[in-house]
Amino acid sequence: MVPLPAYLVLAAILFSLGVVGVLVRRNALIVFMSIELMLNSVNLTFVALSRHLPSMDGQLAVFFTIVVAGVEVVVGLAIIVEIFRSRSTVNLDEVHLLRG
Amino acid sequence: MASFAWTIPLWPALGWLTLSLVGGMLPRRAVALLGCGSVALAAAAATSAWITFPGVPQERALFPWIAAGSFAVEAGLLVDRLSLVMALVVSGVGLLIHIYSVGYMAGERAYSRYFAYLNLFMASMLLLVLGKSLLVLFVGWELVGLCSYLLIGFWFERERASSSGRKAFVVNRIGDVAFLLGILLLWAHLRTLELPAIGAQAATLPAPVAVTASLLLFAGATGKSAQLPLYTWLPDAMEGPTPVSALIHAATMVTAGVYMIARLFPLFTHPVTLAVVATVGGLTALFAATIALVEWDIKRVMAYSTISQLGYMFLAMGVLAPAAGIFHLTTHAFFKALLFLAAGSVMHAMDNVVDMRALGGLARPLRYTTGTFVIGALALAGIPPFAGFFSKDAILEGAWEHAAAGRSPLPFLLGLVTALVTAVYVARATRYTFFDMPHRAAHPHEAPPVMLWPMFGLAALSLFGGLFGARLVGAPLLEFLAPQFAPSVPHAPAPGVFAAALALLAALAGLGIGWLGYRERRDPDLGWMAQLFRRHWYLLDLYDGILVPASRRLALLLAGPVDLGLIDRAVNGVGALAAAGARGLRRLQTGYIRQYAAAILVGAILLMAYWVAR
Amino acid sequence: MEPVLFVFFAALALAGGLGVVASVRAVHSALALLLVLCALAGLYLLLGAQFIAALQVIVYAGAIVVLFLFVIMLLHMATGEPAARGLRPWRAGSALAAAFFLAGVFFAALRAPALADPAPPLPQDFGSAQAVGRLLFTRFLLPFELASVVLLVGIIAAVVLAKGALLLRVPAAARPHEEKVRAEVLR
Repeated sequence: MVPLPAYLVLAAILFSLGVVGVLVRRNALIVFMSIELMLNSVNLTFVALSRHLPSMDGQLAVFFTIVVAGVEVVVGLAIIVEIFRSRSTVNLDEVHLLRG
Repeated sequence: MASFAWTIPLWPALGWLTLSLVGGMLPRRAVALLGCGSVALAAAAATSAWITFPGVPQERALFPWIAAGSFAVEAGLLVDRLSLVMALVVSGVGLLIHIYSVGYMAGERAYSRYFAYLNLFMASMLLLVLGKSLLVLFVGWELVGLCSYLLIGFWFERERASSSGRKAFVVNRIGDVAFLLGILLLWAHLRTLELPAIGAQAATLPAPVAVTASLLLFAGATGKSAQLPLYTWLPDAMEGPTPVSALIHAATMVTAGVYMIARLFPLFTHPVTLAVVATVGGLTALFAATIALVEWDIKRVMAYSTISQLGYMFLAMGVLAPAAGIFHLTTHAFFKALLFLAAGSVMHAMDNVVDMRALGGLARPLRYTTGTFVIGALALAGIPPFAGFFSKDAILEGAWEHAAAGRSPLPFLLGLVTALVTAVYVARATRYTFFDMPHRAAHPHEAPPVMLWPMFGLAALSLFGGLFGARLVGAPLLEFLAPQFAPSVPHAPAPGVFAAALALLAALAGLGIGWLGYRERRDPDLGWMAQLFRRHWYLLDLYDGILVPASRRLALLLAGPVDLGLIDRAVNGVGALAAAGARGLRRLQTGYIRQYAAAILVGAILLMAYWVAR
Repeated sequence: MEPVLFVFFAALALAGGLGVVASVRAVHSALALLLVLCALAGLYLLLGAQFIAALQVIVYAGAIVVLFLFVIMLLHMATGEPAARGLRPWRAGSALAAAFFLAGVFFAALRAPALADPAPPLPQDFGSAQAVGRLLFTRFLLPFELASVVLLVGIIAAVVLAKGALLLRVPAAARPHEEKVRAEVLR
């Protein structure tokens, strides 16, 4: 039997990896993929806890997370494509026009 | 009581409304008809009130005006003996002056504006004397002040006129502050501002409160009635049209202070208050009379005379002879208005010249004017059988009683000496204006009938008005007013021939001195006394030299360092603070997504730490 | 048996995670992401979430990663990114933050008593499509409907953003008044 903390720790590690990726990488696409990594780690947490409670609600949460993550990826990539079209770069450090 | 009687202030108010809205489009005759007609209706209503008066005070509530928790004031009218007398005098004399104005202001461009303002004044004054609550009285008080400002500055294109109007308003305001404080004090203790209630409950006030409240109210009266020290506005008010001077600054508005004290007389019966009122009144009477002796502008002479006679009325109040004071108010309205109207007739004939040095020799061409002026002058001097003798005598009798009862003889002495000086200056004025110039190049013409008939009416009243208070015919006016003041003045002063004889002697002596001593428009050399009078017993130096510069400096201080420096800076500072804060916070928005992500992460970590620690 | 599978899938996931974050080329990151997703699907199966595991493979691995690859291809991400400058403090800081986070999780995981309990028995159809579907149409009906709206919004947004300038370029023949209007406005 695999204890619950194992899943939780695994999810936490994946999450931390995702965070590091978001903060360190400059390529917008790779940052995006790190965000997806973080989302998936959360999904893992949901499923693990759903198994151990037990309750189906966790899986439903994952269901909706996947749906919304899909939409988010679509729109986000469309934006990245647009930015690339006008600026010929996906380097996040060069995209800072929305300053105050 | 007839319901028509309750409409007294309504007609002039309607007249004002109509004239101010459409007066400019109406023909002159219609304006005159409307202006005089409204006052005629008011006078008729006052007469009907007098005829149907049942003897006891009548009240009529008009509408609930203020309802703020425990502070409730009802707007309403009160008709009793005192307000009846006042309403009759105001509307009657007012009507005569309105008719006179039709002629006097005939060539005026702003004809309808004049009558509109005059009607507004009548409505306000009637509201003042008929108000049921002290606040209604105060509203009327303020309104007549406004009308005074509007009418003094009627020819506002003239700088002197508009600044005189301003001066009148500001000086009045100073008194009004004290008045308002008095009202607040009364409210704090009595919880009511109904005039009958205040009168009834005045005895329940602790002495310091009663004295303070009454003195505060009296201070307001000194402003409105031009007594020391707030008298300076009245001589300058002569910049307005002469009928205005006659109506407002002789017969009615300036008497509002006297009325107010008579109305709240139970409040003023403390010896301290009485002493103050009598002393201020008496001193003002003498003070103003001396100044009238050295003035050359005929209207200003009359203005100072008004101040002096008002002093007499306050003196009467102060010696517990309020009925005599009201009686003098009535007769003074008659003969002073007459004097002003006659002076206006002179100005009308002499192309608005008021300096007596340029007048004279008018007795023959302006016969009627001269005749009426002489009647008014004799009344003012206090020569029987003219009205002034009886009313002044009544006051002096009261002052004599006051002295005989062991209290101060000062009021009587002041009154007596003032009577002498009054006779002197009025004789001087009469002689300088009408006589002593055998040859005159221009030919002045007499006033038109529309101006003469009101003058005749007032002359008749000045001649026979004394009968209202003559003992021989039962002194109807004094008897009529006696129940009004009975609670505070239980017994009428015993008729003393001594006082009357002294007064008459003083008047005759004064007339003699004035007529014989002042000839050919050359004042006899009074030396240091003339200088004293001309400088207003050096009050002018006090005012112009100290008070005015001090207040100007204070105003500059408040406008500059306080208003601009402190307040504006504080207000702008708040805005600047907001802008600076925004500028600082804006630096967080760098545009770098990475930094935003880091910030979110830091926040998340802090939250987690908090949860873990709990 | 189960712990072995767990370790296997967990190792794959960790490897993939490192790959996503550390790869030089974007395509490698995408493929590493694919690895992570499939490993997670395996873990879901271990946890009795069959339907979710299938969903994960079909939608996430099958559609989203493919989308990523398309975009990478579209943007010619053949070359990597230029040399990083001024990034050392970020690397250190983020490592520190991750360490803190993990410490916190460890701390909580090892302290909570309930976490050591064995897994409770499951009902018969736990994790099946029927179970998920039943809940979707009863308790989670509103989120379900809203999810479809969100998908619609996503589609529209994608179309609008992708077409971009094309939408605004109307052929001249279709707008004959434009010249007149412009002349009017400029007068």
